Amino acid sequence: MIPELGHFALILALLVAIVQSTLPLAGAAIGEPRLMALARPAARAQFVLVVVAFACLAASFAGNDFSVQNVATNSNSELPLHYRLAATWGSHEGSLLLWTLMLAGWTFAVTLFSRNLPPVLLSRVIAVMGLISVGFLLFLLFTSNPFERLVPPAPEGNDLNPLLQDPGMVIHPPMLYMGYVGFSVAFAFAIAALLGGRLDATWARWSRPWTTVAWAFLTIGIALGSGWAYYTLGWGGWWFWDPVENASFMPWLTGTALIHSLAVTEKRGAFKSWTVLLAIVAFSLSLLGTFLVRSGVLTSVHAFATDPARGVFILVFLALVVGGSLALFAYRAGKVGLGGMFGVVSRESALLANNILLIVAMASVLLGTLYPLFLDALNLGKISVGPPYFDAVFYPLLAPALFLMGVGPAARWSQASVPGLWTRLRWAFGVAVAAALILPFTLGRWSPLVAAGLFLALWIATSSFVNLYGRVTSSHRPGLVAKIAANSPSYYGMLLAHLGVAVFIAGVTLVKGYETEQDVRLDVGQSVAVGGYEFKFLGVQPGPGPNYRALTGTVEVRRDGRQLETLRPEKRIYNASGQTMTIAAIDVGVLGDRYVSLGEPLVENDVSGAWSVRVYLKPFIDWIWGGAFLMALGGFVAICDRRYRLAVRRRTESIAAGPGSAAAAD
Amino acid sequence: MKPRTRRLAWIAAGLAVLGIAAALVLNAFQSNLVFFFTPTQVAAHEAPQGRAFRIGGLVEAGSLTREPNSLTVHFRVTDTARTIPVTYTGLLPDLFKEGKGVVAQGTLDTDGSFRASEVLAKHDENYMPPAAAAAVKDAHDANVTKTLVQPQRTD
Repeated sequence: MIPELGHFALILALLVAIVQSTLPLAGAAIGEPRLMALARPAARAQFVLVVVAFACLAASFAGNDFSVQNVATNSNSELPLHYRLAATWGSHEGSLLLWTLMLAGWTFAVTLFSRNLPPVLLSRVIAVMGLISVGFLLFLLFTSNPFERLVPPAPEGNDLNPLLQDPGMVIHPPMLYMGYVGFSVAFAFAIAALLGGRLDATWARWSRPWTTVAWAFLTIGIALGSGWAYYTLGWGGWWFWDPVENASFMPWLTGTALIHSLAVTEKRGAFKSWTVLLAIVAFSLSLLGTFLVRSGVLTSVHAFATDPARGVFILVFLALVVGGSLALFAYRAGKVGLGGMFGVVSRESALLANNILLIVAMASVLLGTLYPLFLDALNLGKISVGPPYFDAVFYPLLAPALFLMGVGPAARWSQASVPGLWTRLRWAFGVAVAAALILPFTLGRWSPLVAAGLFLALWIATSSFVNLYGRVTSSHRPGLVAKIAANSPSYYGMLLAHLGVAVFIAGVTLVKGYETEQDVRLDVGQSVAVGGYEFKFLGVQPGPGPNYRALTGTVEVRRDGRQLETLRPEKRIYNASGQTMTIAAIDVGVLGDRYVSLGEPLVENDVSGAWSVRVYLKPFIDWIWGGAFLMALGGFVAICDRRYRLAVRRRTESIAAGPGSAAAAD
Repeated sequence: MKPRTRRLAWIAAGLAVLGIAAALVLNAFQSNLVFFFTPTQVAAHEAPQGRAFRIGGLVEAGSLTREPNSLTVHFRVTDTARTIPVTYTGLLPDLFKEGKGVVAQGTLDTDGSFRASEVLAKHDENYMPPAAAAAVKDAHDANVTKTLVQPQRTD
């Protein structure tokens, strides 16, 4: 009964979404306020219906209803409740339903927080989001119904993939999807602006907070995924340039460019067409990412073709969204105009250069990700494009962009001078260069790559500090607190996010430069010395777990004879699937992690004997995720800016002054 | 500068960045693309000497042996038509099992054995690395064609 209820709610949601996407658009076109007014209630009704559907699926998982195909394939009665709930989005169908839920949620948020948008713009924004929703609901209902019944019901479920039975994996997909789907708001604003042909600073001000929040969630989502890979795959890596990772990284790069481009459009009215194009590209890449990961095309190009209904639907939908919005862009971009002019040395130039570099870097990732798929699809051979390609292309492209992060905030809008910039930044530059040259000696071996990486990190940090110092000392308010409070939250958000990038780069540089990895064979009682630490292996003990058998190793870590801690890496053999998983034991520290994971027993049929063991030292690796969270935090701080709410209030007054004026202007 | 020249300058700058990117990409493609070969192709000397590539197939049942007191293992990868002996030093992934699919990256030794630097077996039990599955399928198809069309040919 519950699954049918969910299915029914989904069908209703589709009908409501069709109303939400068509009538308000028509109303906006002919200037009929009653049709436009349908947008808000329809979006809310659709949200409620999708929530009901999602709750029904979650209830089926929680109640172990193995008569539902999706539950039987992805859950098991032994699975703890929180993982049964997480299994709701563990499958293809469930994750698409989560996507739809997020989309409905974002649309609902738009109806709540944009009360004072001009009705024409609002109805168009909601209608465009409704159109996307129609696409996803059709896809769910016709090709990937999460409520499909299994006749006869299975006595027991297949279990959730053990890799997903992890706290990180419980929150990673919702965070990632919050980000992916959040770009749909910026996209809808862009399409609405193209339809209306009006795109100004106010438009950018409305778009900005939505884009920033989406970007912050995406940042957290990617960081969680990377952290998860680090401690569960047992390989100690944090980024593999795997297509699945690239799929989430490309919208992030474009989103980063979009945030900066929106800033210019809001403050200076420049880059208008470019901003709209970025909004379209960011969302298109989110869609591409979802489908790359979810269609099975990565597992095998030919798996994609084994389910033609899904494959064809995906391609047609992508083509419609991307093609349709680009066609609209081509048709209307002339009307939108390019916006204001600016000098060759100016903040606009720095941001534009940054944008170009980010987008070209994104394109190089896109190429490396799709090229093997194309070759395979055309039967031109099988190749793989691995980390060396991305290292060789991506880092050189991004390094100048990172350097510009120090220059951009210091440069004036419209026209800046190189000598002026040098006067402001010479101390920051000098300190960064000196520290980058000296620091590697204190950390170990000196290498040009480490020095270069440290320079970029230090340069971003020192130039941010100089910028803040300049702002605070030039303030005329009395008292330090008042001087600090004189700057806007969006300024501090920017500083925090940039500092996050600095921390992130420092982490990446140091872990790449100074990590030690050893795979060794260890007998019980045997020790291995790695980087000044002594790791003593005390054997492996079998034990029970909630839905798995565990083999737990004991490794004592000593330095100079003094015992620091005992690490307990695990192997888990899951009861339902028989699958094995490695859980690394990590001693986390600000200056670096000590990482131990179990390989396999080397004496046949005897787990209590010698094992192969991975022993890693990962200096500063946690800075990578720390930096990412600082970036996201910066995003959240930035949207607290009063400016975004003030803008709304001013707008209210103007609308109150002349009702229907916005519709007439269209 | 006139707005028009300035716009041209920006377009030129954009093209320059694209050009540099293209040069980097081509250079990286040249040296970093890893091609895939099946054991049958390796046996037919289609695989390059002295350059890293990937092989895929099934780990032949009963072929896994360990050298005592080290992490070096030997096993054979088969596409059911041909087998290639593989040597690898290091930790094998959780899903590495005899009779299951595997993909290994490495170089060919002069004696025709494969020295793997990396062994991959992916996310879940039922999943066969696509390259490995393709290798087995190709060998199967080739075999069928061979027996039906060219029964006389041996290779």
